[in-house]
This record gives sequence, structure tokens and C-alpha cells, in this order.
Amino acid sequence: MSLKMPYIRILVVGALICLLPLVLDTFYMHIAVLVLIWAFLACAWNIIGGYAGQHSLGNGLYMGIGAYTVAYLVNRFALTPWVGLLVAIALSAAAAAFIGWIVFRYALKGAYFALVTIALTEAAVYVVSNIPALGGAGGMQMEYRGNSLAYMQFAGQSGYFYMGVLMVVFILLLTQWYKSKRFFYQLIAVRENEDAAEALGVDTVKAKIKANVMSGVLCAVGGVFYAQYFLYVGPRSVFGEVVSVQILIYAIVGGLGTTWGPVVGAVLLVPLSEIARGQLGNSLPGSQLLLSGVVMVLTMLFMPFGIIGAVARLRQRWQHRSATPLVDSQGGEAS
Amino acid sequence: MNFNFSGAVLSQAIASGIMLGGLFALISIGLTLIWGVMKIINFAQGEFLMVGLYLAYFLVAWGHIDPYITILVTVPFMFFFGIGIFRATISPILKDPVMNQIMLTLGVSLILQNLALMLFSANVQSVHTRYATWNIHIGPVVISAPQLIALFGSVICTLAVWYFLKTTDSGRAIRASAQNPTAATLMGIDVPRTYLLAFGLGSATLGLAGSLMIPFYYTQPTVGVFLGLIMFIVVVLGGMGNLVGCFVGGLVIGLAETVGAAVFPGSLARVFTFSIFIIFLLFRPQGVLSKRQT
Repeated sequence: MSLKMPYIRILVVGALICLLPLVLDTFYMHIAVLVLIWAFLACAWNIIGGYAGQHSLGNGLYMGIGAYTVAYLVNRFALTPWVGLLVAIALSAAAAAFIGWIVFRYALKGAYFALVTIALTEAAVYVVSNIPALGGAGGMQMEYRGNSLAYMQFAGQSGYFYMGVLMVVFILLLTQWYKSKRFFYQLIAVRENEDAAEALGVDTVKAKIKANVMSGVLCAVGGVFYAQYFLYVGPRSVFGEVVSVQILIYAIVGGLGTTWGPVVGAVLLVPLSEIARGQLGNSLPGSQLLLSGVVMVLTMLFMPFGIIGAVARLRQRWQHRSATPLVDSQGGEAS
Repeated sequence: MNFNFSGAVLSQAIASGIMLGGLFALISIGLTLIWGVMKIINFAQGEFLMVGLYLAYFLVAWGHIDPYITILVTVPFMFFFGIGIFRATISPILKDPVMNQIMLTLGVSLILQNLALMLFSANVQSVHTRYATWNIHIGPVVISAPQLIALFGSVICTLAVWYFLKTTDSGRAIRASAQNPTAATLMGIDVPRTYLLAFGLGSATLGLAGSLMIPFYYTQPTVGVFLGLIMFIVVVLGGMGNLVGCFVGGLVIGLAETVGAAVFPGSLARVFTFSIFIIFLLFRPQGVLSKRQT
């Protein structure tokens, strides 16, 4: 396979997806936008959780920073969301760098890292709920200013849809590009064996902080997009444990540490849970989260490397039917 | 911030904090046991407590059974409930990476929480028993009797589990499996069965907690979210697997919550609790009392 092939694949799939608005009605366009939002967020989480192997259960913190920054600046100063986006990037980078610096300097890993990140995102819920300027527990509505790219607001869903496609294509290209760079090799080395990586001269703390910043900033960008689409932010809708878990479910089900895994997970699960919400939401509240839970348990029991990992393994078994199966610890990377 | 509260407010806050702390210690015993023995972090532990609370609620509200007699049902039920969950989900992935186990138990917690939402609706449920109005006055401080009973239950439960682990053969087997599963197997201990027992026991304590809490607490599908986080905080403070540490951790967090609520406005007291947690994770992840492991 040529080196350019994975990039071409991303661009071709992206271009084909752009034809979808021709066939989808409003309800399905809404689901498509949600798929793009969650796919983007899951890809962002995948950098720290999948490649660096540091399972943050609190990336809602950065998503919330992004969403709240843009909502506050737009509401309070009537700024264009594009300025809000830049501020959100700066704030989330600072927060992710600071948190990463403290947490990784003290060598918190595994479950302890997960617990600290939960505590931070939950603390953020209570902080934001107590700040009247940010709308308190009720959150903030954002004003609809009209169909304009300058206000990052669109009349129908197709504007958001194309923006979402651009964002997901961008993050896929970015991931793919970094995969051949020293930085991601360092992250994978940290994930596989941190002591060995350190012994080989990798500055593991620095690599993890960088991954946390990259992941955090991208989650904040996803949060900005989320706020602009829903024109509402609330403490529990963008911060907190529930959102944070939702971000990572798609990456885990699709395949951790693979370029396409988070997208595959979101494409399969978001419509499923949205349709469950639409069909059963009134008679059986919670059905969509129940479904997420069931999928998560089944994934961990039967295909811990996600869909991409399972497919790669099947393909390997097909190719080496007589030979000993070659299985690396991430179930093979689909590039 | 409000630092101008009177001595009466402070002493009431401290008394309530000790009561709440006893409760927090009680609900955390199971988690510290499971975490300490199997190195498995059960993120569904809060939802197990939710199940225990609902069971106690239905027995009291529909069965008209005295809440303290429901212990006879809730404890065995939660023991077998825990064993069932362990058999079906956790036992097959005992050797998988820690994060996979966390994700799996998170999935279990989502399932339990939303099943409860479907079956029992999101309404807050509580029972009214004659115990609810029993108060004990000590000077300016008022202590509610059910909370005091829960505190005693917490002490007794901690001592009972400690005694069980120290003196019985099963308890020794659990401690041996916790220290070194391979060596324990070589000594003829059935480690998987021991794990099952420890998990069942850790779950059974939440049956007890459900029965002791229902006279003064409430239940709803999301009740385990916050209490589950509290369990983690208490266990980290006490050091995983450390029963005495768990009790001390419970008291510290109970006091932090009530004294924090007297000082900080609104729900900002929660932030205070989380800050203690984060500081402990950073500087003393082995807990208050435990020695640093090498």
C-alpha cells in the first residue's frame, strides 16, 4: 500500500459523506450532525486515551471549557464565535497543560489518573453551577443571529453538517499524519511499556503532557461546535462524568488507538441510541444509555480491541490460517 | 464565604459530619475490599448501593417490614447479586488490563442505572418510619437516631469484616489471594472462588447499607452516581484494602462535606471535597494510614 493511501481514503470518504444531505431528511440530518460531533470528540479523546494509553474519564472538562467560553463571549460581548474559538483553544490548552503537568509529574497512571480526571470534571460541574455569570445550574441559552458563517450559525442542519465533516476529516488527517511522526511513536511506547520508553530516552512526562494538551484542545473545539449547534450549554450537558464517558464509549467500541475506530464507533452507536431515544424515550426513559452500557460490556467481554481490532484479527486469522496467529497488543492497526 | 458562624453551628456541623462520615465509611467498605483483594475497581459499586436501597425501599414501603429487619433479606440478596454480576461480567476479564475492567464496570453501572430508571422512574423515593422523628439532643446538638444507628452499623460492619479477614480460614484465603494470587494457588487456595466470595461480601455490605440508610435517606436511579464518587474518595483517602483507613477516610469526607457546607455557599462545598481527593491522589495515593508500598 502506498504511503498516501490512508490520506486518500480519508478524503474520499469525506467527499462521499458530503453527498448525504441530498438524501437525508431533517431527523436523520440531526443524527448525522450528532454523529460528526461525537466522532470528532472521540477522535480527540483517542489521542490521550488510545495512543498514549492514559484513560482520561474527564475529557468533558475540556469540552465544557470550549462550550462555555464561546457561549459566554458570544452572549456577554456579542463577539463572533470565531474569537471565542481562539480563546477556548488558549484556555483549554492552558488547563490541559497545567493538569497534565501536575498529574504526570506525580506519576499518576491507570486507575488513579482516571479518578483524578473524573474528580476534576465533576468539580467543574459544581464550580460552573455556582457562577451566576455563567447561568448557574440552568446553563446558558445562546441567541440565534441568523444564517451566517461569521456567527457560525446556520439556518438548516446542512451548514453544521459540512462544518462537522470538515472537522472530522481534519482530525483524521491529523491523526494519520502524526502516526508516522516521532511524537505518536513516543506515545505508543509510553502506552506499551512506560519504563522501557523512559529507558530508551523518551521524555514520557513531556510526551503525555503534549498528548493531554492536544486531546484537550481538540475536545474544546468539539465543545465550541456543540454549543453552536445546540445554542445551549448546561453544566451537566458539557461537563461531568456522563458526558466524559460518552466521549470515550465510541472510541472504545470502535477501536482504541486506531485512526478510524472512534468514527466507526460513533457511526454505529450514535444513530442507534438516538433512534432508541426517539422511539422509546417517552415510554422507556434511559433506553439509549442502557444500550450504551450493554454495548460497552459486550465490547469488553468479546472484542476488547473494538470493532476495528476484531476485524483486523479476523482478517489476520484468514490470512494466516495455518500459521501461528500474530497478535499485537492492540489487535492490529487498520491504517 | 462565611466564617462568622457560631459555636452551635460548628458543633452541629461536626456532629452531622461524624454521622455522615459513618455512613460514607459504611458504603465504602465493599469497594475497599474488592479493590484491595482483586485490584479491580468496581465503578458499578454506587449502583449496587442503589439496588440495595431500592430493595430496602420496596420491602419497607410495600412489604411493611421494619427497615432494620429487612437486613435479613437485603444482605443475602446483595451477596448473590454481587456474585451473579461477578460471574457474568467481571470474572471472564480478570486478567485483562485495568482499564478494560474499568470500562466494563462503567458499562454495568450504566445498565443498572438505566434499568432502574425504566422500572422505577426518576422520582425520588423515600419511606416514612417511626424512626424518622427520633432525635437525640446533646446540648445544642441534635442527632437523628437512624443516623446514629447507621454509624454503629458502620463500626460493627468494619469490625466484623476485619475479624472475618483476620481469623477465619476464608478470610485468610482472601488476604493470601490479595497478596499473591500465584503463591495462594500453590498453597491450595481456590483463588477464583475466593475472589467470588470477596466480591459477594463487598456487595453484601451494600445490602446492609441500603437497609440502614433507607429510614433517613432516599433512593432514585442516580443516587449511586454521587455516592459512588464518595466511595472512591473515601477508599483513596484510606488506602485501598485498608478497613481502618476506610473508616477514617469516611469521617474526614463526612466532616469536609458538612463543615464545607457551613463555610462555602451553595454546592461549592462539593468542590472542597473533590479538592481533598485530588490532593490526596497526588501526594498520598497510598492513603492516610498505609505505608508507601515499594
